[in-house]
Amino acid sequence: MSSTVLDIAAGVSEPRRRNRALTRFLAHRSAVVALVVVVLFIAVAALAPWISPYDPMATDWSQVRKAPSAAHWLGTDEIGRDLLSRMLWGSRASLLAGVVSVLIAIAVGLPFGLLAGYVGGWIDGLISRMTDALLSCPFLILAIALAAFLGPSLTNAMIAIGISTTPIFVRLARGQVMVVKVEDYVEAARAVGNPSYRILLRHILPNVVPPLLVQSTLTIATAIIAEASLSFLGVGQQPPAPSWGSMLNVAKDFMSQAPWMALWPGVAICLIVLAFNVLGDGLRDALDPKEH
Amino acid sequence: MLNFILRRLVILLPTLFFVSLLIFGLQQLLPGDPALTMAGEDRDPALIAFLHQKYHLDEPLPIRYALWAGSVLQGDLGESIRTKDPVAGLILQKLPVTIELAGFSILIALLIGIPAGIVSAVKKDGILDYLANMIGLAGLSIPHFWLGIMLILLVSVQLGWLPAGGYVSPREDLWLNLQGMIMPALVLGGGIAAVLMRHTRSAMLSVLQADYIRTARAKGLTDRVVILRHGLRNALVPVITLAAIQLGDLLSGAVLTEQVFTTPGFGKLIVEAVFSRDYAIVQGVVLCTAAAYMLLNLLADVAYALVNPRLRS
Repeated sequence: MSSTVLDIAAGVSEPRRRNRALTRFLAHRSAVVALVVVVLFIAVAALAPWISPYDPMATDWSQVRKAPSAAHWLGTDEIGRDLLSRMLWGSRASLLAGVVSVLIAIAVGLPFGLLAGYVGGWIDGLISRMTDALLSCPFLILAIALAAFLGPSLTNAMIAIGISTTPIFVRLARGQVMVVKVEDYVEAARAVGNPSYRILLRHILPNVVPPLLVQSTLTIATAIIAEASLSFLGVGQQPPAPSWGSMLNVAKDFMSQAPWMALWPGVAICLIVLAFNVLGDGLRDALDPKEH
Repeated sequence: MLNFILRRLVILLPTLFFVSLLIFGLQQLLPGDPALTMAGEDRDPALIAFLHQKYHLDEPLPIRYALWAGSVLQGDLGESIRTKDPVAGLILQKLPVTIELAGFSILIALLIGIPAGIVSAVKKDGILDYLANMIGLAGLSIPHFWLGIMLILLVSVQLGWLPAGGYVSPREDLWLNLQGMIMPALVLGGGIAAVLMRHTRSAMLSVLQADYIRTARAKGLTDRVVILRHGLRNALVPVITLAAIQLGDLLSGAVLTEQVFTTPGFGKLIVEAVFSRDYAIVQGVVLCTAAAYMLLNLLADVAYALVNPRLRS
């Protein structure tokens, strides 16, 4: 049973519960640092049009594959484009892919998970077998296949990643509902004649939110790597628009002449993925310390 | 035990049915007439008519599914649009390379992940624990393909120690084969080692708090015997089954690793098929990986039930 459920059962008020979770989160120093890193990346992505020193798609044939310098802090690529500007703009594709894919997965997975867990019976069996089927296909291979059939683009990559990560949320919501629906306060809500949708939304859903938040944070990290992987393979963001994965795709052909082309996008991916992973761990400790 | 296996097989059947629906459904995602897309840029009307007939595109969807599933059950995964070779043959041809890569990767993952997990749990909250956790977290956060690129840059381009890519069959030259496998296997195995390390650590931590460990210590057994004979033996059971399940991640990772190191395996086949719009190969690879993954899951469940009788009921 999660601490949230225990708190509700013990009659701990919502604001007090939130304060406790916040205190626990703030005590987790690495998670706070990770949150700062995530906020910084989001700020950079949002401010990219204003802080980029050059047009990310403008070529300069006199500056082809130049090493980092005062004029181009991170160097230039194979057709003279400024790497810093492309990195800043590329952060938009990565973060957008991470967040949108997870939103798609939640939008599809949460209702199915709630339904399977609450109703049970053959509906649960059907949804569970469909979830098993999706989980049986290795995540990235399914995403590559979906992106291939849908056509190569960032939007389709996000849809493909979203569909591939949906079963995680179906299972999570289903499991959480099955734990909570047998609690006394849910039985009480049912006994006083509350309709099923009200019980689901008012009494069960709030208990699904904390683990959902933790899982979403961790899945954003997975989705960012997946987007970079799809773009690296050429089925994600299409050139000349920048994304860290597509920048690595080009960089691998110029490793001996311009190693910096491969360095920066990889460092950025590692940093943001690490930040989301640490943030997810911190949120899990704060929202459900018993699980750790 | 037989009942347990039969029960698992019965659950597997509807899952298999949904997997087949999913893979068949992939083709329906193609915008417009699939024959037009498959016919390529020439759009030869004769070829389009032939494709309509060959793939029964004029038939209703349920009949097309039944015909497709019937062929798959007979081992016919269709043929490559580009080379006209049977897809099953192409996959079988590439499979040994990926199996070799997967084998080396799992070996590296076990050799790094399990000892690191044990040390981390035994030295909980010590420097080694923090170090192992940090490396583990880094292993989960570094994309395989980028690590591969960086290794090529350092080991092949700068130091010139190992080839940057390619593949030599072990039958031709075992030494060259091993040289070509070290870096891709290290890249793939490293990520899985991080997962195994985290699971070994948490399994060891819970086992080390068990009563029988306290009894073993009270009997005066040395730390080494307590940890290795009593602790590790029990903690390893879920970890080993997890290693089998990690095959799914391994196959996903192999797609990228094979691309970076130009290893001519399963992963490279699907990527090349995506770009040449050879959809039968894409479907075939997804089907084979899903089947392999399900089979390994079943084997892992059976292995787990064999050592843990409570699960059989």
